Amino acid sequence: MSAQAPRGVEPQDGGRPGRRIMGLETEFGILAPGLPELSPTQLSAAVVTAMVEVAQELGSRGAGAPWDYVHERPLQDARGFEQERATADPSQLTNEGAVLDARQIALEDGDAWAALKSEQDVLMNLVLGNGARFYVDHAHPEYSSPETSNAWDAMTWDLAGDRLASRAAELAGQRLGTEVLLHKNNTDGKGQSYGAHENYLVPRALPFDSLVDGLTPFFVTRQVICGAGRVGLGRRGERPGFQLSQRGDFFENRVGLETTIRRPLINTRDEPHADDARFRRLHVIIGDANLFPASTLIRAGSTSLVLRLIEDGLAPRITLADPVGDLQRVSHDPGLGATLVADGGRRLTALDIQELYLGAAERHYGDPEDAEREALRLWRRCVDLLRAGDPAAGHWVEWRGKLSLMERYRERGLAWDDPKLALVDLQWADLRPGKGLANALLQRGQAAGMVGEGEVEAALTTPPSDTRAWTRGRTLTRFPEAVVAANWDSLSLSLDCLPQLVRVGLPDPWQGTQALTQGLFEPGARVQELIKSLRGL
Amino acid sequence: MQGQKSGWEQSKVHENEALSAIKHNRDAGVDNLLDEIDGLLETNAEQFVKGYVQKGGQ
Repeated sequence: MSAQAPRGVEPQDGGRPGRRIMGLETEFGILAPGLPELSPTQLSAAVVTAMVEVAQELGSRGAGAPWDYVHERPLQDARGFEQERATADPSQLTNEGAVLDARQIALEDGDAWAALKSEQDVLMNLVLGNGARFYVDHAHPEYSSPETSNAWDAMTWDLAGDRLASRAAELAGQRLGTEVLLHKNNTDGKGQSYGAHENYLVPRALPFDSLVDGLTPFFVTRQVICGAGRVGLGRRGERPGFQLSQRGDFFENRVGLETTIRRPLINTRDEPHADDARFRRLHVIIGDANLFPASTLIRAGSTSLVLRLIEDGLAPRITLADPVGDLQRVSHDPGLGATLVADGGRRLTALDIQELYLGAAERHYGDPEDAEREALRLWRRCVDLLRAGDPAAGHWVEWRGKLSLMERYRERGLAWDDPKLALVDLQWADLRPGKGLANALLQRGQAAGMVGEGEVEAALTTPPSDTRAWTRGRTLTRFPEAVVAANWDSLSLSLDCLPQLVRVGLPDPWQGTQALTQGLFEPGARVQELIKSLRGL
Repeated sequence: MQGQKSGWEQSKVHENEALSAIKHNRDAGVDNLLDEIDGLLETNAEQFVKGYVQKGGQ
């Protein structure tokens, strides 16, 4: 195999080939119909605050440890420069956002809110015992999964996040005296969008241009295999119809730093949250949040496989004439017949392009021991079923499953602009138990559940064992009183016997694993031993 | 390698069986499913949809 680009992101411990550090972020839509006077930021804070009790009931922890912003650089561009702060949109300053949000909350008020505030401290940011972060991101609660080493685990800890968030919303609703609804979607159908981001670790030595070239045709067409589906065309859903993706209508640029305005296909935010001489964190903002676990698995797994193709110099070479326009063209084409103009006048459908990437991944990474074996198999199955026009694809591919449900209503005479179809689209993503329609299909076996019940429940409280998330989550659960602040790549601990805080770094996401921290979290273990060991990293 | 190959073939067979089961279930339960889904839906669709307003995010 030609290895033109240095890999450098895999651990050197002889584990399964194809592992990659990755993590998923979900910004939930939030609504309390019974308390319209509360701002979404206040509601989000109520949900984040309730999470502490949810975690404790699970025998886990959610500590209100302040997030440590010292290493966050939202204006650092992967192309090798930094945007000036004065030219940035305020929403880009994510390293300052929590402070603004907290102040905003203090200024606003209301009876239910006053009651909640008097009972306990309102928290804006938590680190959870499963290694995740749960916090208020502007006007939405956000779950950022712990670092995982493969797409299967990414799917599992993403599902865990949905459950945790759902329970916290339920409890927040009890405290506020009215129901709080969370939706795992990406648009309100009124012109606003919020994200479900993916993060993949890639070697710093890989030129960013090769990522842009290799990923663009893949990202434009990836919605075919994992879009969440949406009723309405255009940002406000101003034209009736159905489209593949939630997010497709919200992108305007090919490459750029912004995530809230002028959104680009390829985001250049360059904060590795790790040793930046070795690693780059690819921040992917183009995806939809998925309720179907299989779609999450394919989304993360196919992307990791395509990154390997790029790293190894094996990615298909396709140049689209109009990638931003093509993103919408593909999204607005549930029949999958639209052709895109590629280099030399070649005309390719979205499925043709997916097939080129899939075929290359199968040729090079078809090893049954590979970390992405399941994702690769499912990717193939879905491409074949979609190509055959077989609606059974909707068992795994979320937009296709949603479209099948919509088609049944359409057979009963509903038009695309009927409010009932818009409601089905919204309630598809409702996280309340017994209310969400995607979850109803999953429970009735109409869509593939993928992960066993026990596996998901374990992920509510346990971090992935093979990344540094293990140390973050286990430290919080075992030594909650010692954790003063946390970040992806560090922990700040306080000890009674020491006058100052001890800040320990976790610059390598492959360190701090269960195997490398044997005994440090056992009953009777002391935090001093942990610090001593982490300082050696 | 031989053993692994047959494992793959076997999983292919399981997949095909699973697929036909999926198709059968789908065709059989269409009306029931729609009735069940209808039972879950918010009562006033128009009002709920109109009230669903979010602030922009990332």
